[in-house]
Amino acid sequence: MAETIQADDVVDPLGAEEAEPRADQPELRAPGERWKRVGFLTCLTAGALIFLFPFYYMIVGALQTEPNPDVSGAFPDPSNLTLDNFVDINTALNLPRALLNSGIFTAGVILGTLVIGLLAGYALAQLEFRGRGFVFSAMLIVLIVPFQLLMIPLYVMIVRWYGLADTHLGMILPFAVNATAVFVFRQFFMQIPKDVFDAARIDGASELQILMRVAIPISKPALLTAVLVTFIGPWNEFLWPFLITKETDMQPLAVALANYISNVAARAANPFGAILAGATVLAIPAVVLFLAFQRKFVQAHLGSSVK
Amino acid sequence: MAVAARPPRRLINRIAGRHPVGVAFAAPYMIFLVVIYAYPIILAIYMSFHDYFFAAPGAQVDRPFIGLDNYSTALGDPAFRRALLNVVVFLVINVPLTVGLALVLASALNTALPFRTFFRSSYYLPYVTASVALIGVWLWLFNSDGLVNAIIGEAGPDPTWLVNRFWAMPIIAFFATWKQLGFYVLVYLAALQNVPQELYDAAAVDGAGKLRSFQHVTVPGVRSATTLVIILATIVGANFFTEPYLLTGGGGPNGASISPVLLMYQEGIEQNKPGYAAAIGVILAIGVVVVSLVNRFLLERD
Repeated sequence: MAETIQADDVVDPLGAEEAEPRADQPELRAPGERWKRVGFLTCLTAGALIFLFPFYYMIVGALQTEPNPDVSGAFPDPSNLTLDNFVDINTALNLPRALLNSGIFTAGVILGTLVIGLLAGYALAQLEFRGRGFVFSAMLIVLIVPFQLLMIPLYVMIVRWYGLADTHLGMILPFAVNATAVFVFRQFFMQIPKDVFDAARIDGASELQILMRVAIPISKPALLTAVLVTFIGPWNEFLWPFLITKETDMQPLAVALANYISNVAARAANPFGAILAGATVLAIPAVVLFLAFQRKFVQAHLGSSVK
Repeated sequence: MAVAARPPRRLINRIAGRHPVGVAFAAPYMIFLVVIYAYPIILAIYMSFHDYFFAAPGAQVDRPFIGLDNYSTALGDPAFRRALLNVVVFLVINVPLTVGLALVLASALNTALPFRTFFRSSYYLPYVTASVALIGVWLWLFNSDGLVNAIIGEAGPDPTWLVNRFWAMPIIAFFATWKQLGFYVLVYLAALQNVPQELYDAAAVDGAGKLRSFQHVTVPGVRSATTLVIILATIVGANFFTEPYLLTGGGGPNGASISPVLLMYQEGIEQNKPGYAAAIGVILAIGVVVVSLVNRFLLERD
């Protein structure tokens, strides 16, 4: 690893980084190499800023009294700042109610995933039972079933047969167990030596006691990961709750905001201000949760995509 | 797993395995999979062969078997053909951009880098944010008086981006690429962990430059991840709904950005032809499976 990186005739600054040893050693670089590095970091930074700009612009737009779509509008102007847009979207949508619906929808999915998913993940990893291979294959197939195949029949079943239109239960059911989270639980319990559970069995503990006293208490890190990977699904989901909710009182924020965008905005004084204020409120919980648990989020998705 | 000197197994163990309780623990999840996946798939196929429609609750109605009528109607429907064409346009823009950018970014993020967490988070942020919120910003950026036109001035298309027949689909594809890219970067980051460092060392000994080792070590080393990325991108591409519904105001202009799922919503639920919509869903699902298998065959053969 201590080899000096050779200057070579590589033009592509991004490709140029690839073969580098993972330890940083800037002082060993040749001058040409240093410039390539500067160019590379500049590209990466510019890309990151392009990715982040819409978020910044969303907040700036949400705070403007008069929408200013000019280039100067991208920089906050103290005389043009206000919180009125949040008041406007709140009166237009009943924001607390929409947030409550989003919260119940999300909490229901997380609860279902933690209870049913943990049981399944534990069984798949630690218990030998007939049909285990079948359950595991079924779980993998589910990951690639396209939702458009399920959309119409699920609508028929949940809305027409079971009469669950405009209910939280109807929203939750199709998402009740997040397959990625089941995978997270399975991976977690696979790492635990079987002896841990066998020891409890020899001590005469019943399977239920082993689950409650051994498996669940040690699975806290997996529980947190499962909550994180599950959260963004229902919180951000638009299509399904949009299909089954007609009453505005029952709509989660994503649906209420979308309806505001497509119907009401045309009649509002500063529609973009209100839209962006609503968008900010919708985005913040997921973004904050992601930033707070950034490392865990990334690990979870890394782990589940390796398979 | 031959286990010697065990006590004779009881009947329940012979039927259900060594830990019969596993059946009980896995049962709720199996029930969920049957109710939410297996049964609806069968129902979708059943509906697609019938003249299925919504009737008043409790009414006894006749929904006759009509064979392949829904399928032939769909294949002859200009709106459906347009929707399929739009999926192709979407994939042609989205897949190369996604694979190229995600692999390059993942390679970059896999090296020693100042502010690596900042970079990784920046690229990942759109993925964790609701489409509806992000579309709100894009509507503001791309409307006729928006920032994009303010910057490029006269060079902007007329009619403006989102109501332009030519530009509506590319904008949707760019939006989806931006939104999803962070996830695919992670898929590649995971794959890069499995490319042995020795291969890079060997390439360096052979005098390969960094571009060449990217070409000859990295790209083949993550090939199975590329298959996964393309299959997932195809599934996403066949499924987009929120973008044409909101960003281009219901698949506009004049149906130019209609998507299959938006068409299923309009025909199946708004027009009360769920059997027809189910047939569209089945065609799409078959299409996704075929495209995935072909991709896999092409990318993973030696």
